[in-house]
Formats: sequence, C-alpha cells, structure tokens
Amino acid sequence: MDYSKAEIWLIIVVLGIGTFFLRYSFLGLIGNRALPEWALRYLRYTPVAVLPGLVAPLVLWPSATQGEIDPARLIAAGATVLMGIVTRNTLAAILGGLGALYLCLWLIG
Amino acid sequence: MTDTPRLAPAYWRGFRHGLPFILVIVPFGLLFGVAGTEAGLDLAEVMGFSILVIAGASQFTAVQLMSDHASVIMVLLTSLAVNLRMAMYSASLAPHLGAAPGWQKSLISYFMVDQVYVMSIQDYEARPKQSLGQKMAYYAGVCTPLCPQWYVSTWVGAVIGKAIPPEFALDFAAPITFLAMLSPALRSIPHVAAAGVSVGVALALAWMPSGLGLLIAAGAAMATGAQVELWLNRKRAA
Repeated sequence: MDYSKAEIWLIIVVLGIGTFFLRYSFLGLIGNRALPEWALRYLRYTPVAVLPGLVAPLVLWPSATQGEIDPARLIAAGATVLMGIVTRNTLAAILGGLGALYLCLWLIG
Repeated sequence: MTDTPRLAPAYWRGFRHGLPFILVIVPFGLLFGVAGTEAGLDLAEVMGFSILVIAGASQFTAVQLMSDHASVIMVLLTSLAVNLRMAMYSASLAPHLGAAPGWQKSLISYFMVDQVYVMSIQDYEARPKQSLGQKMAYYAGVCTPLCPQWYVSTWVGAVIGKAIPPEFALDFAAPITFLAMLSPALRSIPHVAAAGVSVGVALALAWMPSGLGLLIAAGAAMATGAQVELWLNRKRAA
C-alpha cells in the first residue's frame, strides 16, 4: 500500500465524518416538522429502491469469481428472495440463502 | 423514567428482530478484517474504519480503491458516494425520530446501518401509534446485538482472518443479507415495481463511478413506487 500513515488516517477520519453527516442530514435538519404527503409517499419506497440496485451487481458479477457469473451464487440469491417472499421472515430467508449457497458450492464446486 | 415499562417491550422486540443479522454481520465483519489486512492496513487502521465509519459497503469500497492505488480524493469521493443512500434513510426516519434531542439524533445517525434502518422503518410503519420513546427503544434494541458484533468480528478477521478458507464464500454474506432484508418487503405492486426499476437502472448504469449509478437508480425507483401507488389508488377510487 503506497499511502503514508497520515494519508490512511485522513481517509478513515474524513470518510467517518462525511458518513456521519450523510446519516445526520435530514434527521438533524427537519427535526420536528411534518413532511408533506407526497414526500412521505416517495420515502415509503426507500428500502426497495436502494437495496435491489445495491445488490444486483454483487449477485450478477461477484468479486469472488472476478466478475464472472456464478451459478451457485445466482441460485443462492434466488433462494433467499423466494424464502423471504414466502415466509416474510428475514432469518428464514438468510438461512435459505446460505443453505442453497453451500449446497450448490458443494454440488457444483 | 416513569415510562420504562412501556419502552421495554419495544426494546426487546427490536433486539429479537436484530438477532438474525448476527449471522451475516459476523461474516461481513470478518471479511472486512481479512480484506483490510490483506490490503496492507495494520490492526489500528482496520479497526479505525469499522469504529469511525461503521458502514461496511463503503469500507470495502475504500479498501478496494486503496489496493488499486487510487488518489486520496477518489477514494473519499467514491466511498462517500456509496453512502449517499444513508441521506435517504435519514430523510425517511426524520418524520419518526426528528423530534428527539440532538444527542440522541447523533447516536441514531452514528448507528444508522442498513439492517437497523430497514428493520426500524418497517416496525414504525407496521405500528404507527408508537411514541417517540418507543421508536427510540426499538432502534436501540436492533442496534444492541448488531453494532458491537461489527467491531468484534472486524477485529477477529484482522487477527486470524487469513486462516478462513475461501470455500466458506464469506464474500456472499453481504448480498444474502440485503436480499433477505428486502424480499419480505415486496408486499405490494408498487414495491415490486420500485424494486424492478432499481435493479434495471442500477445494472444499466453500472459503468458509472461506483455509487452514482445506484443513486440515480434509487431516485427512479422511488418515483416509480410513488407513481404506481397513486395510479392504483385512483383506480380503486374510480
């Protein structure tokens, strides 16, 4: 790693402070005021708007296979979503996904 | 604390809802410890990331870019872009927790990781009659089993990480968590439409600097969800 100790700590501290202010932004600014109905309607979809887009490239192009499509990881992702929709339970979905992943890795290699 | 008895059930409900994520926080933290030391960071620096930043995806991004010899500015901009979604989380929590005193909002902000946010917002929407205190208690409950595990597992990963064989596929712990958090929320047509747009746009814009494409995808997906909800309401009214 070709960074000085000072540069490494600069990265850590600035990233820490910047991340804190992103998290504090609206919470700190808006405070007690009520948001208009249209804004609430948008915000209702925040989790389903962010997480699928965050995860899709990780599923399709996993870094462990240098970005090659990997059947075991694809099947595991499908199993996680299916378990989550059927059981409506996050733990069941995680266990289903990990179970499918290890089963496929063991079968396919 | 006259209202302690009312807060305890909310706290413990949050605690129970947070517990399953230990299964994924631990591998994710281990993996960060391993990745950080393999990139050449010492133990204090690896722990500095997990304690001061406490945002896994951006920590991985930073370490990845540092391994690729990116400039300090690029490392910072890209890693912060990965965390832009947290401004949306902040906006989404504001109607529920905005009335809390400043020091409590600072603590909420520090611990605002994906899992804690998603579980909390789902609980607040499922139980809209909760007081501010109960919402705070639930939030603290979800954090309790999760956030300390992030520090501990990072430390373990940094110290013994290289002994974990790649067959354990720890790399896929994070995607599985995100999918497991999200799929129970696919409960209506607008939610499914928003998720579909999010995936489609994020993949189409994957060539953009990391984090930027996701931000555009999330904006398009939120607009889709809101618009589909409006259409369905109008159809029902007609």
